Amino acid sequence: MRFELSDRVQTVPPSGIRRFFEIAEERDDVISLGVGEPDFATPWAARDAAITSLEQGKTSYTANRGKRELREAISDYVADRFELGYDPDEEIIVTAGASEAVDLAFRAFVDPGDTVAIAQPSYISYEPGVVFAGGDVLPVPTTEEDDFRLTVEALEAAGADEADTLVLCYPNNPTGAIMTEADLEPVAEFVREHDLTVLSDEIYAELTYDGNEHVSIATLPGMRERTIVFNGFSKAHAMTGLRLGYALGPADAIAAMNKIHQYTMLSAPTTAQHAALEALDSCDGDVREMVSQYDRRRRFVLSRFREIGMDVFEAKGAFYCFPEVPEGFTAEEFAEEVLREQGVAVVPGDVFGAGGNGHLRISYATGLEDLREALARIEAFVEEHT
Amino acid sequence: MSEREVLELLRENARYSTADIARMTDLEETEVEAVIEELEAAGVVRGYQAVVDWDKLEQERVRAEVELNVRLDRETGYDDIAERLARFPQVTALRLVSGDYDFHMEVEGDSIREVSQFISEKVAPVPEITQTVTHYVMTSYKENGIELGDGEDDERLSFSP
Repeated sequence: MRFELSDRVQTVPPSGIRRFFEIAEERDDVISLGVGEPDFATPWAARDAAITSLEQGKTSYTANRGKRELREAISDYVADRFELGYDPDEEIIVTAGASEAVDLAFRAFVDPGDTVAIAQPSYISYEPGVVFAGGDVLPVPTTEEDDFRLTVEALEAAGADEADTLVLCYPNNPTGAIMTEADLEPVAEFVREHDLTVLSDEIYAELTYDGNEHVSIATLPGMRERTIVFNGFSKAHAMTGLRLGYALGPADAIAAMNKIHQYTMLSAPTTAQHAALEALDSCDGDVREMVSQYDRRRRFVLSRFREIGMDVFEAKGAFYCFPEVPEGFTAEEFAEEVLREQGVAVVPGDVFGAGGNGHLRISYATGLEDLREALARIEAFVEEHT
Repeated sequence: MSEREVLELLRENARYSTADIARMTDLEETEVEAVIEELEAAGVVRGYQAVVDWDKLEQERVRAEVELNVRLDRETGYDDIAERLARFPQVTALRLVSGDYDFHMEVEGDSIREVSQFISEKVAPVPEITQTVTHYVMTSYKENGIELGDGEDDERLSFSP
C-alpha cells in the first residue's frame, strides 16, 4: 500500500533552502543571516498576558474569527497606524499566522484555471499556495533598477492584465523594498482598469526606515473593495512562534475566508490571542525600540557591503537587504561556498522567484556582534575569491 | 539629533568603535568623534565603565544600599551633605530621592566588615545624618540595563523563509 500523492502536491518542488540546512549542520560556528524572523523575544508584557491567561484557564476555543476584543483592538490599531477602516464584526478575521490568512484567500478566491500574478522576488509560500488552490502562477519580476518596486511596465510585460488576482508584499521579503503612495498609484490604476483583485501581504508594515511610513494599497481610491490586507504579530511584535495573524477585507470576502477557516482551523490559538491583545494595548514602545535597533543594523550592514565592494540597493523596509553577488558567482554558488568556507549562512535570491537571481537575501535580524563578525567573514571570502 | 543617537549607542555599548557608530548612524567617522568630544566636554558623558557580575569572580565584593535620613538647618542644605558624602571613594552612587528617606547611597567594599565600619565610622557620625538603614546586596539580577543571568541560546532555525 502506497499513498498516491495528489498532482497538486507533486507539482510543487521541495524548498530550495533545504540543502543549505545540511551544509550548515556540518559546522558548529555558523552565523546565520538566513533567518526570516526577529531575534528579539516577544515583548514581556505580551508574554506575561499569555501566561496569565493560561493560569486563569483561558484555553478554550474563541469565536471563529477571533476574540471580539482582539478584533476591536486590531480595528483601532490599523485605523490609527495605516488609515485602514475595517469593521471588527464583519471585516476582520484572526488567523494562525498571516500565512493561514494568505492560504485562506487563495482557497476562497482562486478557481482552477484562474491566473494569479505574483510580484517577485517574494516570500516563498505564495506560489505553492496558488498551486494548492488549483490556480496558475504568473510571476511578475521586479528589478534592482526599479529598487525592486512593482511597476506598471513590469505588470504589462508579464501580461498581468489578463490575470485575475495580484499578490503584493511590501515592505518586501526578501529585498527590503518599500512602495510609497506615489509608487502604488499607477499599480492601483492598472488593477482597477483590468479588474484584478489584490492580495496585499503587509506583515512588515511596521518596519520602515528613513522617515518612510507604510502606505497600504487598500487606502487608495477604489481599492478597498478589491483588496485583502494581511498583517500579523510575527514580525513587528516578535511573535512568530505564537502564530497569529489577521486579514482585513470586505464583509463578503472575509465571510468566504471564514467559511474555510471555521472548518479547518476553527479558531486561531487562544493563548496567542491574549498575547496579541496585550501587544496592541501596551507594547508600542517595544515595537519602536525594535524598529530603531533594526534601523541601526540596516545602516551598518549596507555600509559594510559597500565597503566590501558588493552592490546593494538602499533597502528601506522589513529586516532584509539584497546585495548583488560579485562577478564569477551565481547566487547559489556564493551562498554555498561562503557557508562551507566561512560559516556564514545567507539565502540565494533565486529561491524567492523571478528577479532574485544574482542576489543574496541578508537578514539583519541578528545582534550587532554577530553581524560584525559575519560581514568580516564575507569580506575575507570576497577578497580571497575576486 | 545625531547627538542623541550617538549617546544612545554609547549607552548601549561604550566600546562600539567610532567607525561602527558611523556606519549605524550614517554619519562620517570624524563627525562621530566630534559629537563624542562635545558630549564629554559639556559634561553629558561623565565616564565609561564596565558592567561587572561580581558573582562570577572568586574575589568577594560587598555592596550595600544605604538609606539616609538627614536634618537640615539654616546653614546646611542637601547639596552640602551630599558633597561631603560623595567625596568618599567607598560611595559609588548617591541620590536624593522622594519618599520615606532622603538619600539613597550605594557603597562598595571588599568585606562586610569594611563596609560596616565605613557606615558606622564615616557616615553615621555626620551631624546632619539622623538615621542610616543599610541593606547588603545578596544577589544582583540586572545592572545598568544588562541582565546577569546565563542568557538564552538562539533557538531559531538557521534558515527560515
